[in-house]
Amino acid sequence: MWAYVANRIGLAAVVVLIALSVNFAIPRIMPGDPVEQQLAAISAAGGQTGDMAEAAKALRQRFQLDRPIWEQYLGYLWNVARADLGVSVANYPQRVSEIVLSGLPWTVGLLGLSTLISFGLGTLTGALMAWPSAPRALRLLALPLVLVSAIPYFVIGLVLLALLGIVWPILPVAGGYPFGQVMNADLPTALGVLKHGILPALSIVLASLGAWALAMRGMVVSVLGEDYMMLAEAKGLTERRIFLAYGVRNALLPQFTQLALKLGALVSGAILVEVIFAYPGIGYKLYVAIGQKDVFVVQGIVLLLSLSIAAAMLILDLFYPLIDPRVAARSS
Amino acid sequence: MSRHALSVRSLTVEFATARGQARAVDEVSFDLVPGERLGLVGESGSGKTTTALSLLRLIRPPGRIVGGEIRIAGADVLAASPEELRRMRAARIALVPQGAMSALNPVLTCGAQFEDLFAAHGERGGAARIAALLASVGLEPQVAGFFPHQLSGGMKQRVCIALAVALRPSVIVADEPTSALDVIVQRQVLRTLVKAQKEAGAAIVMVGHDMGLMAQFAHRIGVMYAGRLVEIAPVRDIFADPRHPYTRALIESLPDLERRGEFRGLSGLPPSLLDLPPGCAFAPRCPRVVERCRVERPGPTLLAGGREARCHFAAEPVHAG
Ligand SMILES: Nc1ncnc2c1ncn2[C@@H]1O[C@H](COP(=O)(O)OP(=O)(O)OP(=O)(O)O)[C@@H](O)[C@H]1O
Ligand code: SF4
Ligand SMILES: [Mg+2]
Repeated sequence: MWAYVANRIGLAAVVVLIALSVNFAIPRIMPGDPVEQQLAAISAAGGQTGDMAEAAKALRQRFQLDRPIWEQYLGYLWNVARADLGVSVANYPQRVSEIVLSGLPWTVGLLGLSTLISFGLGTLTGALMAWPSAPRALRLLALPLVLVSAIPYFVIGLVLLALLGIVWPILPVAGGYPFGQVMNADLPTALGVLKHGILPALSIVLASLGAWALAMRGMVVSVLGEDYMMLAEAKGLTERRIFLAYGVRNALLPQFTQLALKLGALVSGAILVEVIFAYPGIGYKLYVAIGQKDVFVVQGIVLLLSLSIAAAMLILDLFYPLIDPRVAARSS
Repeated sequence: MSRHALSVRSLTVEFATARGQARAVDEVSFDLVPGERLGLVGESGSGKTTTALSLLRLIRPPGRIVGGEIRIAGADVLAASPEELRRMRAARIALVPQGAMSALNPVLTCGAQFEDLFAAHGERGGAARIAALLASVGLEPQVAGFFPHQLSGGMKQRVCIALAVALRPSVIVADEPTSALDVIVQRQVLRTLVKAQKEAGAAIVMVGHDMGLMAQFAHRIGVMYAGRLVEIAPVRDIFADPRHPYTRALIESLPDLERRGEFRGLSGLPPSLLDLPPGCAFAPRCPRVVERCRVERPGPTLLAGGREARCHFAAEPVHAG
């Protein structure tokens, strides 16, 4: 058991270290002086806003290019450990960590919630679609679900935006909260945030619901053929118990793996939705930073992406033995 | 009537196939008294599993019980409402499944799989009751805390036996309860099954390929062919004096009996259920066949000692050659 835990944590640490090293190496293997290059690129793009000389100085200090490479590497690790990801070039002297942190709650809120909602709704629908004694009408859902899930989420987003934002304007089409309003911890703010979240959330839920439902339906169908389902019936268990503790419970295992992967890739999950709705999350910040050629911000966000995937995998690995008792035995 | 633990009358089961209705069980009738052990044998596809599962109404589409009557200690199984049927299962008639390796829910401990059985039937479980049941099949009390994957095949099948006898049913149905196990474990598990069955006072229907193994554990043997119960008789009688040519062929194909010289295995294949000969289903392979067999289907012939065989010549012993 503890060997399994240590094994998984070790694996996650290796993944994180690789991600950090790649992040460290990329600006250094690019030809030429990275600082000059960046400043040139930024002024060419007309994106520079802060003091150029100050920025150049800060950048040089950050890269420490005159030091031996291992010292640079250790310095870099130390900075990351202190959550110091450097400064934005385009918006000097704003810190990268600030930019990332300001976007994170929006993305986690929007994508986390909509992923969980579509997981729950889709999984339940899929399970019922496969269950022999569930209402027949549910089975008719299969076709529309397949059709909708074949449409990319940003297309659904654009359609929703056109319909509910422009043709029949009942919902706000851009931003995370009412424009120009100060954010307070009060009800109007909360309602404003909620209202702005509906369209992007709806496009994500609609686009992913079908995939969850169809995957679950397939799993339940295969679980129905298992010997333990027959024995459960022969034991005279109630149908509710057979459905939940024998059917859904076993069919859910691969769904959980998918969920962890989806949550891990949350940040990159729906960049286009954030862009379409100008939602102030990480995806939108990444889009803006790429446009401004703001390398450190891009790097910081990409690093966050790899770290969150590694964290999700670790959490999945640590919790999986609790939902599937066979796993720990198999891998140790 | 309720002198019988189990009474099956003209049970008929059909599977809907693309080429028509396949009658997998055709007018099967037999009775068991409390504590009696019936071994059901026959070639693959002869309808043993379908018969066994019908007794608990566990036939799934495309299969359907199209006729007959099943009574357990007098209670009508086929007329029961879904809720009545649920309460009958395990309490009056229990199943020991074929797939020992995968018959237990992999995500629940064995103890939890006892508890949900008790809960479903409104009974109190508890560690002591489970430990006693486990002990009755030769397992330690700790097994209750184990997940199925932590047990060997033989241990899993013992857990299934303990589950089957837990509510002291009148009838146990065991479909090839040992076929997934290796030979040494097979006998031990069968012995455990018989011991548990005796303690519970239940009658048992055991399905198996191996007529020799069946002979050691059953009181009576039923032989199935193409969905029909062609002969049923006490073990001793059926071996000494089979009345159906198919029974005789089965006995002769057993390797370990001291017969020499006259060995004649059975040639040919069983007929397709969708294309049965009009008369006796065994006619194309029968060494005793006459013209009448091809046109007239043999009904059951009742013989002395409660025996029964479905052959036009059942009244006479089957002669070699
Ligand atoms: N799901 C099904 N669909 C169609 N036909 C079926 C189905 N299940 C069983 N049958 C048919 O019913 C007949 C009896 O099958 P059954 O499983 O009862 O035989 P069996 O005697 O138990 O065979 P075995 O020794 O191989 O277990 C077979 O001919 C088979 O083709
Ligand atoms: S009825 Fe005829 S064909 Fe059928 S088993 Fe008897 S002798 Fe053979
Ligand atoms: Mg079978």
